[in-house]
Amino acid sequence: MAGKTLYDKLWQDHLVEERDDGSALLYIDRHLLHEVTSPQAFEGLKLAGRQPWRRQANVATPDHNVPTDAEQRRRGVDGIVDATSRLQVQTLDDNCRDFAITEFAINDARQGIVHVVGPEQGLTLPGMTVVCGDSHTATIGALGCLAHGIGTSEVEHVLATQCLIQKKSLNMQVRVEGSLPAGVTAKDMVLAIIGHLGTAGGTGYAIEFAGSAVRALSMEGRMTLCNMAIEAGARVGMVAVDEVTLDYVRARPYAPKGAAWEAAQAYWRTLHSDADARFDRVVHLDAGQMAPQVTWGTSPEMVLPIGATLPDPAQADAVRAAAWRRAYEYMGLRPGMQLSDIGVDRVFIGSCTNSRIEDLRAAAAVIRGRRVAASVKQALVVPGSGQVRQQAEAEGLDQVFLAAGFEWRLPGCSMCLAMNADRLGAGEHCASTSNRNFEGRQGQGGRTHLVSPAMAAAAAIAGHFVDVRSF
Amino acid sequence: MEKFQAFRGLVAPLDRVNVDTDQIIPKQFLKSIFRTGYGVNLFDEWRYGDAGYPGQDASQRPLNPDFVLNQARYQGASILVSGDNFGCGSSREHAPWALQEYGFKVIIAPSFADIFFNNCFKIGLLPIILPAPVVAQLIACATREVGYHLAIDLQAQEVGSDAGEKWSFEIDAFRRDCLLQGLDDIGLTLQRSAAIRAFELTHQARAPWVFHDIDSL
Ligand code: SF4
Repeated sequence: MAGKTLYDKLWQDHLVEERDDGSALLYIDRHLLHEVTSPQAFEGLKLAGRQPWRRQANVATPDHNVPTDAEQRRRGVDGIVDATSRLQVQTLDDNCRDFAITEFAINDARQGIVHVVGPEQGLTLPGMTVVCGDSHTATIGALGCLAHGIGTSEVEHVLATQCLIQKKSLNMQVRVEGSLPAGVTAKDMVLAIIGHLGTAGGTGYAIEFAGSAVRALSMEGRMTLCNMAIEAGARVGMVAVDEVTLDYVRARPYAPKGAAWEAAQAYWRTLHSDADARFDRVVHLDAGQMAPQVTWGTSPEMVLPIGATLPDPAQADAVRAAAWRRAYEYMGLRPGMQLSDIGVDRVFIGSCTNSRIEDLRAAAAVIRGRRVAASVKQALVVPGSGQVRQQAEAEGLDQVFLAAGFEWRLPGCSMCLAMNADRLGAGEHCASTSNRNFEGRQGQGGRTHLVSPAMAAAAAIAGHFVDVRSF
Repeated sequence: MEKFQAFRGLVAPLDRVNVDTDQIIPKQFLKSIFRTGYGVNLFDEWRYGDAGYPGQDASQRPLNPDFVLNQARYQGASILVSGDNFGCGSSREHAPWALQEYGFKVIIAPSFADIFFNNCFKIGLLPIILPAPVVAQLIACATREVGYHLAIDLQAQEVGSDAGEKWSFEIDAFRRDCLLQGLDDIGLTLQRSAAIRAFELTHQARAPWVFHDIDSL
């Protein structure tokens, strides 16, 4: 009999029961909540007169709507200028109070982007099933979890039953062997993977990222990698547990201690695919061939290594050619241009993809002693959580950013999706460390280019995209 | 949830691939804490000529005459046909809410993004996967023929044209039955409470750290 994949193991350990038609009830260990996708679920719960099945499985923090500027933030929820945003954040507070759910509220030192906060606090641990009404929950799979996004009806379902009705996905392994060249990061790796698979390449699969180049990544890097599994169409991304995982988890506030730790880590060490496990699809990539990546279009698969020339739709099949033409028109670019010809109006370093301490260190290393180009209207650094912000300030990174002309903000989703006041104007190009370059994502008419923190930093200094390796 | 019944409806084509949830319902409309009110902002950036924000009077907004759903011939459409990877992007259930409230009962595409696909079933919107050549044909017909209709029979798992063509589609038996009977997932799962409790006990013995008290920190 063939061995099991990591996904098979996590699935099996949480399987309550299976129906004949292949659908299953899967038990959920941790449920994270934020203000955008939960109000209607709480309302449903109240209307039906139900209580959370296991109250302490749930943890909430507001992130999407919170202002990131210190002035507004000082006044807490009341300081949110936009009335609908304010009501949404207030509603999360009210619901958490009514159901006695732990919340890191707007000015709690632990508040931040939900996917950053969960792992950082040790609320999401290896081997757990973790869900959240947000597609980038996949981030947390980096810990060796089964973590994925759900819709609002499922948020209510998990609150009420502690389970999800699920169908098992297929197994895909993405093996990245070799070592990343200097200046090439986890973000470039995942963009290269998406360029290879396409945005629907992972649909129906749970992706395990493996290979020597993945094992060599820090926990932060692995989170960046798993974060964008959804941009390849897979709702689950994960990495096997190893020493890097255990070292990361060990000192987290909510991680088990003492004997509980010993028992947990013995189990966690089994969370890897068996040597003889069978995958439905295996993809091989060579890290040594990877270069810093920049997206040029309106889908994450429209990505190229810096130095490349923008492609000619005439060379593509009919469906892709139509999508490329539409993207060129929206982005205001032309085939044959170089990525380095694209000027940037704004720079955004943040989001659940790249707002952890290492990301900020990487950006600061490029920026130190330099100035943001005069042509750049705004350069933002938005740490992923209050903890990241504190750590960065303790290391003096805030001073590096401020001295260079960056703004140093408070934690939240910010310009990743522009639900708060941080956004692009129509036609503006943004070097962004986030995960989606869809039309209008960062503001109506805004033009997003996804890059690594180091590449965003270099673009801020140069005023256009440049190869950070020659910088 | 309402029972899903067989019906015949007007077809609107949206000839694009990778229609993402940010296009289906832009994020500024996600600030609402209600379950309704999204239909008027479906495809907001494509549909209107101005910038949309919550609380606008839609009747005063300029329409983009080039957008397919704004054409008189597609008013009242209940079936949307589109390209590969429909619904990619975020997990927002607001996307199926908006499509449903606008009047769509069925979305046909060669492939869907997983989370979107799953969310549709939770509210009684039916996503149907048909082979790419069939979808291309349906888009061509709905573009060429004014008043192109399709009949949807979920029980028989069949899409039919007025000309008598039939295409069958696959769907999980569980999902089909839930739609047909208008069943509520939570109620169904709670019938399994004893099994969940039993599992919980075993799981707690094996992984007690999952159940640690988090209130005290
Ligand atoms: S940072 Fe962006 S992608 Fe991440 S949770 Fe927030 S809005 Fe979503």
